[in-house]
Amino acid sequence: MVTYNLIGAGLIVIGAGFGLGQIGGKAMEGIARQPEAAGKIQTAMIIVAALLEGLAFGALILGK
Amino acid sequence: MRIFQQSFKFLALTVLVFLSTTIYAQSSHEDGGQIDTREEVDAYISHHLQDSHDFTFFSYTSDEGERKHAGFPLPMILWSSDGLVTFMSSEFHHNDDGHVIVEKNGLKFAKIHSKIYELEAGATAVNFDAEHHATNGARVLDFSITKSVVGILVIGLLMFFWFVRLAKQYKTKKIPTGFGRVLEPLVLYVRDEIARPNIGEKHYRKFTGYLLTVFFFIWLLNMVGLTPLGFNVTGQIAVTACLAIFTLIIYAVSGNKDFWMHILWMPGVPILIRPILAVIELVGTFIIKPFSLLVRLFANITAGHTVIMALIAIMFVMKDTLGVAGATGLSFILSVLIMFIEVLVAFLQAYIFTMLSALFIGMAVAEHDHEHDHKVVDAEDVRSDFV
Repeated sequence: MVTYNLIGAGLIVIGAGFGLGQIGGKAMEGIARQPEAAGKIQTAMIIVAALLEGLAFGALILGK
Repeated sequence: MRIFQQSFKFLALTVLVFLSTTIYAQSSHEDGGQIDTREEVDAYISHHLQDSHDFTFFSYTSDEGERKHAGFPLPMILWSSDGLVTFMSSEFHHNDDGHVIVEKNGLKFAKIHSKIYELEAGATAVNFDAEHHATNGARVLDFSITKSVVGILVIGLLMFFWFVRLAKQYKTKKIPTGFGRVLEPLVLYVRDEIARPNIGEKHYRKFTGYLLTVFFFIWLLNMVGLTPLGFNVTGQIAVTACLAIFTLIIYAVSGNKDFWMHILWMPGVPILIRPILAVIELVGTFIIKPFSLLVRLFANITAGHTVIMALIAIMFVMKDTLGVAGATGLSFILSVLIMFIEVLVAFLQAYIFTMLSALFIGMAVAEHDHEHDHKVVDAEDVRSDFV
């Protein structure tokens, strides 16, 4: 039973890591293309990252 | 030159504080050998993450082999089957596994893993079942001033004095002095970067007070949690749940007609879809949004504390492999580095909580210009706006 939980936790972390990478990478790209919009892009990036993080933590805690 | 000297002093002080944490942990190992194995480290970390009924700075074993605790007791306020019972937590003598029974008003109390049980009449000791649950006791309502409550009260009072002083200074001076100079840019940041863009020019003033309170409350408690005092207030799920419920109440109460319309009877979609959407929106508004707020803060702070304590524990677990000096050095470098990240996380989590609260409130008070049922936007119209 414990093993399944750990596999699930690993999957969650892989998914969340992939998602965070996407968000960060795309934000970098956006800032490089349009440096004057850096502030707005950063805010939006943090919000999306926070939502993703909430989901990942929720899954980790529910799966514990 | 003066700035250089001051910043050097500050840096030296910071390093000293971090050193004191590690040195304390090191000495506690040497004179008692209390934490050596992985299981003991696990138990120590989970004990730290819990709230406690005493305020203990550190514990040590005296020359006579007796466990001593430096700190002070806190008042216990219990609502038992016989009404209100109060006494000091020192009567439990730092016992946390139910062996010390305190008798008050003819009732017997035992403390098991920071939870207070009232024993049944006639019982003299706690009986445990196979899963280590008490079988002859019942939980009482616990209103004690625990360590977390002390933290909340101290930070609340500090915030009250700081902000009253800051507000008074604007009446007599042009610019604030002293600590007000640290607070002013943060206040302006929360107002201009969080409240105004997310709630909107028209309504933001009404909610700025709440957002400022919640921002400074979370930020200061996160920072206090990083000091060797050992607070873990924002890592208590009850505290974060309370904060999330405040946000929920505020956006539910201040929601306008359009907000409720979009939840209960979404305009612009086929009639048969609307009840399904209503269910989804209700769950999203009343469960998922507050749940994500509370879980994010709780899990981030808990994870941070666990990582810091695990890195400090490296020096005990790896002292045989790396030698005492090597293990201590490795643990010191890693824990200082993670401390810097945690200082950032402390601010970031306060920012995100405030930001998302502002976003949710903004959604509730947003005024729609009813474009849904007006006209189908023509690609040519849009093009003509730009060209």
